[in-house]
Amino acid sequence: MFADYTMGELGAIFAMQGFAGLILFSVFVLMALGLAIIFGQMGVINMAHGEFMILGAYVTYITSSLFADYLPSLFSIYFFIAMILAFFVTAALGMLVEWSLIRHLYKRPLDTLLATWGLSLILQQIYRSVFGAREVGVTIPDWMMGSLPLTDLIEVPINGIFVMVLAISISVAVYLMMYRSSWGKQVRAVTQNRVMAGAVGINTERTDRLTFGIGCGVAGVAGSAFTMIGSTGPTAGQLYIVDTFLVVVFGGAASLLGTIASAFSISQAQSIMEFFLSGSMAKVLTLLTVVGILMLRPQGLFALKLRK
Amino acid sequence: MSDTPKKPSLSMEASRRSFLMGGTALAATLFAPKFLRAADYPTAAVNTTGLAVTDTDVTVGILHSVTGTMAISETGSVQAEKLAIEQINAQGGVLGRQIKFIQEDGASDWPTFAEKAKKLLVNDKVASVMGCWTSASRKAVLPVFEQYNGFLYYPTFYEGLEESPNVIYTGQEATQQIIAGIDWVTQTKGAKSFYLLGSDYIWPRTSNKIARKHIEKLGLKVVGEEYYPLGHTQFNSVINKIRLSKPDVIYAIVVGGSNVAFYKQLKAAGIDMTKEKPLLLTISVTEDEIRGIGGENIVGAYACMKYFQSLDNPNNIAFVKEFKKMWGDDMVIGDVTQAAYLGPWLWKAAVEKAGSFDVDKVREASPGIELTTAPEGYVKVHENHHLWSKTRVGHAKADGQYEVVFETAELVEPDPFPEGYQ
Repeated sequence: MFADYTMGELGAIFAMQGFAGLILFSVFVLMALGLAIIFGQMGVINMAHGEFMILGAYVTYITSSLFADYLPSLFSIYFFIAMILAFFVTAALGMLVEWSLIRHLYKRPLDTLLATWGLSLILQQIYRSVFGAREVGVTIPDWMMGSLPLTDLIEVPINGIFVMVLAISISVAVYLMMYRSSWGKQVRAVTQNRVMAGAVGINTERTDRLTFGIGCGVAGVAGSAFTMIGSTGPTAGQLYIVDTFLVVVFGGAASLLGTIASAFSISQAQSIMEFFLSGSMAKVLTLLTVVGILMLRPQGLFALKLRK
Repeated sequence: MSDTPKKPSLSMEASRRSFLMGGTALAATLFAPKFLRAADYPTAAVNTTGLAVTDTDVTVGILHSVTGTMAISETGSVQAEKLAIEQINAQGGVLGRQIKFIQEDGASDWPTFAEKAKKLLVNDKVASVMGCWTSASRKAVLPVFEQYNGFLYYPTFYEGLEESPNVIYTGQEATQQIIAGIDWVTQTKGAKSFYLLGSDYIWPRTSNKIARKHIEKLGLKVVGEEYYPLGHTQFNSVINKIRLSKPDVIYAIVVGGSNVAFYKQLKAAGIDMTKEKPLLLTISVTEDEIRGIGGENIVGAYACMKYFQSLDNPNNIAFVKEFKKMWGDDMVIGDVTQAAYLGPWLWKAAVEKAGSFDVDKVREASPGIELTTAPEGYVKVHENHHLWSKTRVGHAKADGQYEVVFETAELVEPDPFPEGYQ
């Protein structure tokens, strides 16, 4: 398949393909971070994760319409404001859900699966009633669409770079919060031993609520960013949920580093195989590999060593 | 481009009928149709099989998904069917009877479609059903319609390979949509090589099979063929592959949410479709889908189907106006929505030709039925229950509408079982 091409062309294609893999990696990291916080730290299987992402996307849609109508001069930077709004709106909804639903189910982790799945259906229908069944088109500022020609042959999509930068910044922020702040210390303490954490004076309920809220908020930012590369509709969240769980489970539920390592390996495997095989086949092989590895290593790539 | 309905020379026998005069409200005032009176058609005579027909009205079913993933696509069909029914009623109904409808929700779930179809046929005794969208839902209701002898008007363009005595297919089957488009792109754009791309299920695969056969028959080259799972959202790898194989035409049959991701990423990757290098030809993006994709992300692409909202003929102008009046100014009308609009009109025409609501008689009367008032222009029902229709190519503009750049000179014959293309 490469016979007719010059070395220069081949080099360019491989560079762009490598970049495609990195973009996929960033997308996976963004999708999975919020879930890793919630599932990994709290043990809550949040099936409504995709719907929280789409809430972020809808917030972006509303912000873009408002800017187009009332502040057209600032339209080119509305996206940043939209992402911040998306974070706070989804985090607020997340905290509300935690307070009204999830906290009653901490002792029954499998029931959270059903409850959040029901929640996802409810949210989908709410989106459908409010925004209509059809997908909405989110207008992206011109400077964010298009590509950056690095050489004559290599072109790098700007939204890809944007997603990468965002993924890195959010990962760093989450890392700092989890491992360098007192809140993070509390979260980890509650994860490892809830009763003891309560005994030493940590407000476990407040910690849980905040953790769930931040996990949802990160999902909202991811959803907001994905308006650049995907669709915004009532059921679009479903497109992400399987990949998200795949990444988190494969990485080892309680490890943020594991999530990133797993996002990297899955995305690279998938984008390389997509290039050499067909799209559906690549997906099948990726899933098979993941299943195989999980059979040998059920705890995932990275696991916390805990005395049980 | 003019597309004024013209009366064809064939089938003068049918054209004597008054139903030909039916149409949009505008057409109604122009042609002043002769009203059929229910009294001339006693219920006992026009309904010998116990359908829901009274002296004053007749009940039909509408069966689409208004919840679930498919609601996104099927909403337009429901709206078009309701508009058609309202217009027919305003003109005096069918055989002097007002149409009432019972709407059921298939909920994007194929067993639910079958269940609701059975309910409509067995409990409600509807005289006909306008419904279904995906092939999967049609396949699910087919045994029900054949067992209980119902009559279904199915609006979606689809892969063909089906011909049921209980279904009228008002959308195009695959060969009608595909062959004319490929001929056009090779003749006017000089295309020599194609990259076929699709979502991974029966319609894109069958369509691409037909496309590949036809391309190879013309002595041209298919340089790649790819399928991605439904709902796939990452297309950067395949875009690189397309760059590598440098096709003249990207032939895309991506559907659903994947569509939005594909076109956004294509644009972000620096492939400017307005330069037509490569040119993008799709059969799966109607004006409806562009609303989700964003006109600015697909400007310059070509689509091949039988109807575009921008068609410039009096039927269509009136149809678009009435549709917007009923459902709101921000509505867009895609190919399938228009095909759904034809369903009630074709049924009315068949019933009045048969002089009866009995399904067997309506079926017998259906082949040869003509509509000169269809928004897409003149159509006619073929023996194989599909429609003769023109195929058109539209050029996507930034405002989300297509500009029609080509239409076949003649009606294209439907051929659901194309020989040599299987």
